Amino acid sequence: MGEPATKEVLSLDELEAVSGLRTGRKHILSILVENKPGVLTRIAGLFARRGFNIDTLAVGPTDDERLSRITLTLDGALHPIDQVTKQLHKLVNVLKIRDLEPRETLARELAMFKVSADGASRAEVMQLCEIFRGKVVDVTKRSLVIELTGTCEKVDAFEQLVRPFGLIEMARTGEIAIARGRSET
Amino acid sequence: MRAVDALMECLKAEGVDVVFGLPGGANLPTYDAFYDAGIRHILVRHEAGGGHAAEGYAKATGKVGVALATSGPGATNLITPICDAMMDSVPVVFITGQVRTELLGTDGFQEADMIGISMPIVKHSFMIQDPLEIPRSIHEAFHLARTGRPGPVVVDIPQDLSRADIPYEPVSDVRLPGYQPTTEGNQKQIRIAAKALANARRPIIYAGGGVVASGAAAELTELATCDRFPVTCTVMGLGGFPGTHEQWLGMLGMHGTRAANYAMDEADLICAIGARFDDRVTGKLSEFAPRAKFIHIDIDPAEISKNVPAHIPIVGDAKNILPRLTAEYRALGADPGRLEEWWSRIRVWQERHPLRYEDSTDSEIKPQFMIQALYEATGGEAIVSSDVGQHQMWAAQYYNFPRPRRWINSGGLGTMGFGLPAAMGAKVGCPDQTVVCIAGDGSVQMNMQELATCSQEGIAIKVFIMNNGYLGMVRQWQELFWDKRYSQVDMGQWPDFVKLAEAYGATGLRLDDKHTLVSDMKEALATDGPVLVDVRVTREENTYPMIPAGQPARNMVG
Ligand SMILES: Cc1ncc(C[n+]2csc(CCOP(=O)(O)OP(=O)(O)O)c2C)c(N)n1
Ligand SMILES: [Mg+2]
Repeated sequence: MGEPATKEVLSLDELEAVSGLRTGRKHILSILVENKPGVLTRIAGLFARRGFNIDTLAVGPTDDERLSRITLTLDGALHPIDQVTKQLHKLVNVLKIRDLEPRETLARELAMFKVSADGASRAEVMQLCEIFRGKVVDVTKRSLVIELTGTCEKVDAFEQLVRPFGLIEMARTGEIAIARGRSET
Repeated sequence: MRAVDALMECLKAEGVDVVFGLPGGANLPTYDAFYDAGIRHILVRHEAGGGHAAEGYAKATGKVGVALATSGPGATNLITPICDAMMDSVPVVFITGQVRTELLGTDGFQEADMIGISMPIVKHSFMIQDPLEIPRSIHEAFHLARTGRPGPVVVDIPQDLSRADIPYEPVSDVRLPGYQPTTEGNQKQIRIAAKALANARRPIIYAGGGVVASGAAAELTELATCDRFPVTCTVMGLGGFPGTHEQWLGMLGMHGTRAANYAMDEADLICAIGARFDDRVTGKLSEFAPRAKFIHIDIDPAEISKNVPAHIPIVGDAKNILPRLTAEYRALGADPGRLEEWWSRIRVWQERHPLRYEDSTDSEIKPQFMIQALYEATGGEAIVSSDVGQHQMWAAQYYNFPRPRRWINSGGLGTMGFGLPAAMGAKVGCPDQTVVCIAGDGSVQMNMQELATCSQEGIAIKVFIMNNGYLGMVRQWQELFWDKRYSQVDMGQWPDFVKLAEAYGATGLRLDDKHTLVSDMKEALATDGPVLVDVRVTREENTYPMIPAGQPARNMVG
């Protein structure tokens, strides 16, 4: 290509495109929003409109009554996460977004399982429950309701194990998360 | 003080000198306040006309436009202008009436969930729940509309709250903790961009509407001419760089010039400024500018790497960034000689493929000729609004806009019926300038009613209808891509635009001779009051060149 045009050489070939990349892993976004009517609709609408799939969504109050925290999980294989967070930031009611680093994050969800458990299987189900540190919160002759908290992976694993016994119903909250240590989420 | 009187005070504090609207039950209190507020109110004939007028006003002046409507159908009539303003980043505040709070959620008479309906197409919206919120919300709405990436903001005010009594104190600050647009631009990134430009052999500047919105046209020219960077603009950016400049390649994209599109295709470095890589620009994304690296300057970080991954992103206001980029570039002392080869390649494209058409041999007016005639008749100095269709693309191609805010069109949404009311708004904002509308015979009928507003208010716009008797752009696609099966595009001879103009109290003219066209146009321009000119043009003419939808720039036809 001939002589360099300037002493300050910068090879265009070496420039790399930034962002827009898919990470291929699960992301937990912790979003601090103003506690005002319609904020959740704005967020849900944004996701629907842009074709971003939400895996789980949990909303609740924070220590500050003017704010709510929304915890979202989504698949970084399907969406460029930076584009998701940039679009979220455009919402005026969104104050802060953290894409939580998995290793520095405590994530938990609550799940309730209604499992058929008569006679022979009952002991086995209760044993599984114990291993997973679940709690039996309701018992009938033919069923148990088990309450379980943990990461979404743990809840998934438990679901797989009790399914063969006859999973009548299941309800899950979706994960909430907080950063480890002293620093703010 | 009544909340609506406080609202008037807020509008005045924001420097509002005119609003466009139409009253109804839910905003009767607001209209009572307008009665003696001393703010000019223009009574439109359809809320969509008012919304587009507010857009035209904003685009021509750079100030925030204001449009009002009542609840329900009044509010829903604003949806198209709101969406249009969102797509083209136009600062407009829309104030809608809402049913009384006790009726909310009951399907009350003329209740429409305006906040819900408009949510996907606003920059932000405010549902007033307490009359005390009104002043602050109004100021925040203006702040949001005007700053950062401009856009539409809706304020929905229930009728009972608007007539409540509140203690009014002027608001001097806004409290929007979640809204802090980045305007500065990172100096390190700017330096890298300068270096990239200095090392590029085939650079091109691709500028969009952001340059106009930012008021950075002069700064763009500075940058382009600190070396000899070729410049192209999107349909939204026209006027952001002088259309007569020797470094100007013409518009790019679907109906852009071959020189602009081929230069994008072969560039090694594309400097995008306030542009968003719309599909009408990129064509087939995977084959767009395959050899290029991208500098992307935009005030909206979400635009960066949305469609095309950027190599050097710079978030901020072009007006701040461009002078610093120019300074950094100058300091590098790049050798302008390195662009010789690139320019000779571009000159070949320009010579081989200028914009061209076959002129008639008789008196028939070719549509392209019509735009050239209008350019001549106005001395290239008019504010030009347009509708959507072939006429819009010909206007974009043949009216060499010398300055920003002279070209007012609906680019992102492509809204037929935009032109006439937008011209009205532009004329209200710039009463001393010549304001013309290049209208389509189809489009103009979508907001024709505003001619009555123009007559009543003495708004002297000059509307030139490019009358081909067709929904021409659709006919062109049917001709080219659907085997000439013309389905529902022929509009016949109706209406008689001259009679219609007269019925509206405007002057109506019909022109069909190319030999006298320029002088006839001059006469129309010199006629007092609103004028509607029915210009009969070739019926079946195609807008070329063209990149067929979804194809790469290389495949331009025509
Ligand atoms: C509101 C609306 N409806 C439909 C379209 C689709 N459309 C795009 S261009 C066009 C034809 C416009 O006809 P006319 O205004 O006569 O302009 P011409 O193309 O003939 O110059 C149509 C129907 C649109 N852009 N906007
Ligand atoms: Mg037509």
